[in-house]
Amino acid sequence: MKYLIMVIIGFIIGAIATVALLFFNPFVVANPLSPLSVSDYELISLNYSAVARDAIVFTNNGESRVRPKPPKVLQLWEAPIRHTDALVTVLTDSRNAAAGLGVKITSDSENTRLISGEMLVDSLWHIYLPGRGSLFIAQNENYWSYARDIVVPAYWSSADNWKGVWNGNMTAGPGALGTARAIGGSGEFSNLEMEAVESLSARVYTVESGPVVMNGHLTIELRDKDSALAADFGGD
Amino acid sequence: MLKSFMAGILLGAAAAIAIVYFVPAVDQHREVSIIAVTPDAGKQRLIDTELFHINVPMDRILIGASGQSNPVPPGLKWPDSAKFANIRAELFKIRNAKDAVVGIASRMAASSDTVGDSIEWVLHLPARGSAFVMMRPEVIGGALRVGDLRAGTREFNRLRGRLTERWVPNTSGSEDAPEGHFELLMAFVSSVGESE
Repeated sequence: MKYLIMVIIGFIIGAIATVALLFFNPFVVANPLSPLSVSDYELISLNYSAVARDAIVFTNNGESRVRPKPPKVLQLWEAPIRHTDALVTVLTDSRNAAAGLGVKITSDSENTRLISGEMLVDSLWHIYLPGRGSLFIAQNENYWSYARDIVVPAYWSSADNWKGVWNGNMTAGPGALGTARAIGGSGEFSNLEMEAVESLSARVYTVESGPVVMNGHLTIELRDKDSALAADFGGD
Repeated sequence: MLKSFMAGILLGAAAAIAIVYFVPAVDQHREVSIIAVTPDAGKQRLIDTELFHINVPMDRILIGASGQSNPVPPGLKWPDSAKFANIRAELFKIRNAKDAVVGIASRMAASSDTVGDSIEWVLHLPARGSAFVMMRPEVIGGALRVGDLRAGTREFNRLRGRLTERWVPNTSGSEDAPEGHFELLMAFVSSVGESE
C-alpha cells in the first residue's frame, strides 16, 4: 500500500513539475522586435486601444471576463462562433489622429500547441483608411507570452491585478519571419500584397475586467506594386 | 520506496506531456459544409457553390454609420468625425443553408472622391478560415451584386471565386419572420495556379 501511495505522490509531483517546466519554458520568450523594423519600404503605423471599453463595439460569447460593449450588443453564443471575438475600433496614426476604422475578428486556433508555447489565435483585420483605401490582414497571433507574463501573474497577485510594462509582438505567422499577410483592397492599396505585424503594449490588467490599459500597434509594410510582384517571384 | 516515488514522477511527467500533446487545447465546433456542384453560367464546366445567408434584423451585430436615429446595437456611439461620414460598416452573423450560424461577416461600404466607391465583405468561419471579397460597383437587376474573392485563409487560401450578394425580402407575412435576408452565394471557380 505504501508503495502505491509513493507512486501516486510521485505521479502528482511529476505532473506538476512538468506543467511548471512547460509554463516557464525559458526558450519561449516575448519578442519585442518587429521583423519589419529593418524594412526598406514605407511603413504604415496604426494604433488602437486594445481595451474593450474604448472600442466602438466589442462582442464575444458573453461569458468572458471582458464584457461586451455596448452591453446590448448581439453576443456570439452559438457553438461555431463561441470562441470568437469581434472588435470595431478607430485606428489612429502615429500623431494620435484618427486614421481609419478597423474591424478585428479573432478566433481561438485549433493549431494551439501548449507543449511548444503556442497559444494561437487566428485573427483578421478589415481596415478602411479614408482617403487611402482598404486592407485585409490575416494572421496567427501567439498569446503565450502575454498569458504567462500578464494574465497568470494577475491571478497570482493578492490584488488580482497586474501592473507593469510589457511589450510584445503578437503576430506569429503565416509569414516565415512571423509576419501577417496584408492584402490591399481599394485605393492606393489596390492589388497589393504586403506584410504586417501587430504588437501589444500592456500596462494594467485585472482579473475582473481583463486589460485596463493596453494599446495595440499595427505596422504594415507598404510595398509598391513592382516590388510586391518581384517578391512574389523570388526577386529582390 | 524511493524507486516507487521516482517511477511515479516519471509516470506523472509522461502523463502530463501526453495530455498536453494529444488532447487538443482548442476544438472549434464545425457545421457540415453544404457545398453544391452547379453549372457555371455560360461556361462548359461545373463549379462548387456554397450558400450562406443573414437574417435581418436578427443577425445584425452592428450598423456603423453616421446619423442613425436607432443605432444598432442600442447604445452605439459611432465616431462623429467627418472622416467617417462616408463609411458604413456592418457586422453580421452568417448562417449556412440549414439556418445554423457558422461565422461572422464584416461588410464595409465607402464612398470617396479620391479612392472611389467600394463595397467589401470579409467572411470569417472560425473552423474553416476567412475570405476577403471585393464587390464590383454595378448592381444587377436592382438587387444583385457580384464580387471577386480577393484573398482567403486556410480552406479559402488557394481558391479563386465569386460572391453574389442579394437582398431577399420576406413575403411570408408572419410576425416572427425576419424582414428579409441577405443571400451570399460563394462560387469557387478554381485554385490559385489554375486557369479559370
